[in-house]
Amino acid sequence: MRETVLEFELPVGETYKIFRNRIEPQTQINSPGRLSIVSGTHGDELEGQYICYEVARRISEAPEKLMGIVDIYPALNPFGIDMASKNNPLYNADMNRTFPGSAGGNLMDRVSSGIVESLAGSDLVLDIHASDIFVREIPQVRLAEEFAEGLLPFAKLTNADMIWMNATATVHESTLAHSMNIMGVPTLVIEMGQGHQINKPYGDQIVDGIFNILCELGMWMGQRPRTHLPAISSDGSVEFIRSEKAGIFIPLTEHNHFVKAGDVIGEILDPFSGGEPLRIVTQQSGLLFTQRIYPVVSEGDLLARILTGAF
Amino acid sequence: MEREDIYTFKSTYRQDMKVKGFRFGSGQRAACIVGPTRGRENQQLYICGRLVKTLEELEKSGAIANDKEILVIPCANYYAFNLENNFFGVKNLDINRCFPGKTGGEPISRLAGGIYDRIKEYTYTIQFTSFFERSECVPHVRMMETEHTNSSLANLFGLPYVVVRRPLPIDTTTMNYNLQTESGNAFTIFTKETENIDEKAAKGAVSAVLRFLTRMGIIRYECHSGFISHMLYEDDLTDVYAGRGGLFRSKVVCGEDVRYGTKMAEILDPFDGSLREEITASTDGIVFFAHNSAMINQYETAFRMIHRLHE
Repeated sequence: MRETVLEFELPVGETYKIFRNRIEPQTQINSPGRLSIVSGTHGDELEGQYICYEVARRISEAPEKLMGIVDIYPALNPFGIDMASKNNPLYNADMNRTFPGSAGGNLMDRVSSGIVESLAGSDLVLDIHASDIFVREIPQVRLAEEFAEGLLPFAKLTNADMIWMNATATVHESTLAHSMNIMGVPTLVIEMGQGHQINKPYGDQIVDGIFNILCELGMWMGQRPRTHLPAISSDGSVEFIRSEKAGIFIPLTEHNHFVKAGDVIGEILDPFSGGEPLRIVTQQSGLLFTQRIYPVVSEGDLLARILTGAF
Repeated sequence: MEREDIYTFKSTYRQDMKVKGFRFGSGQRAACIVGPTRGRENQQLYICGRLVKTLEELEKSGAIANDKEILVIPCANYYAFNLENNFFGVKNLDINRCFPGKTGGEPISRLAGGIYDRIKEYTYTIQFTSFFERSECVPHVRMMETEHTNSSLANLFGLPYVVVRRPLPIDTTTMNYNLQTESGNAFTIFTKETENIDEKAAKGAVSAVLRFLTRMGIIRYECHSGFISHMLYEDDLTDVYAGRGGLFRSKVVCGEDVRYGTKMAEILDPFDGSLREEITASTDGIVFFAHNSAMINQYETAFRMIHRLHE
């Protein structure tokens, strides 16, 4: 059932609305569990669109097997998706730096607060992100170490390829996930693919993980999908490879492949000169789980991340 | 006056962006003034340019105190100015949400870190920035409240108001918060305008900085004593939100002393001109902040008032 999470009036002939799709069990259940799936906080990250669709579709095929509430929020930043903009175009700010917001505050605060309030009471929230348009990622869960004890059991069920502990800002203060976890609502950040794209196999993989979680929570009586355990890593076991020169990056390895220390994973070219390219060499062996896609690079741009060590 | 390149950002197809610093005097690193990080902060850039000109004249006349050095960084992001864009780079990120930055990090993090590492050497730092919202405000000095905060120093600018903000998670990556956390002597000056140049307000801002430098014994400069600042916490401001979206027609200006019930603005239906809402003052007080765009969304901050304060 389509429900309005929040709405407000825009200046000219339009109302801003954020919706959720609440799917409830067909039979009466006392204190049903509740899983919330949110996506589209960043309007240029579209991987969650397919996941939202596919979860709803699979449930609709056998609604009698659902034993809890599944709330699907496909677009927390609907105007961002409409404009292919990471930020919320209404106030040109990254929504995922505005949580938890304030119910009596200004527009930005109220949007964030309304979302948090709507998600409160969930047994688990899955905050689905894609990468940006610049790098491609394998399906992974990112979580802050401070919440790891409570979140790891859920993270292992997601069918992601990797769990990255204490990763980037996506799990830090002022994000939706951090705010929900502080409130005691377990929230996982799932990241995969790349911006402006949908990778269907990745989506199917995570949807299997979502039904695995539903089975674990006793909310799905259908067959438990076959899933695998993700590799678990900390920041110390990830090698960041950044560009030390502006130019055009050409990848020379496949994404999601193992590389050996000393392998050339790409080159940075100078299109003017046609001179010798700068070869990008790995220092350690491991899984190349992040790969630069957007060719134009500046000093400091991420070219690759490699998961090293035993996993 | 000595010029230096604080940080150089290299681009494939644009001229390198050299963040320029202008040094006056020599010896103890006494004060640093930092201009806009956002490309629409024209007023802030204008103020910093005028400061450089004035300090150059003062230095020539021997008015910089012995063993005192002043650094002015008039602009931290001129790439954005040349595109009339607010934020930095292809990722469209706000530099003032990337402090303290990181050597070896993302391009914007390196830029922020390069500036931050240089300015934190100074005893006092003064930043010129603006609000996210399309607005104007009464000139004031702002500080984040940290364990080091000494708001009495902020009085020495002689501006009408000193505002202390209790930091939220969203603030923790601003320049002011990080400097304030480290040293306790970081001030941010908000002037009336942002995109348009207001000559009177710019002159007032330049005078405020010179007054502060004089009072701290960094320069010798005869100037008016300014105001005995009224100190307030940001939380104490009374926010007035738009109850409807529409065309916004303000009836009051920043700094105006209004009474309870005063008509402050009208919100009109843009299609038929009918009145959607009349915003009236919810308290006696001074208009501290005013929305200044022709359009307003429901729940957007229309005004912020200093409760029960009169001229």
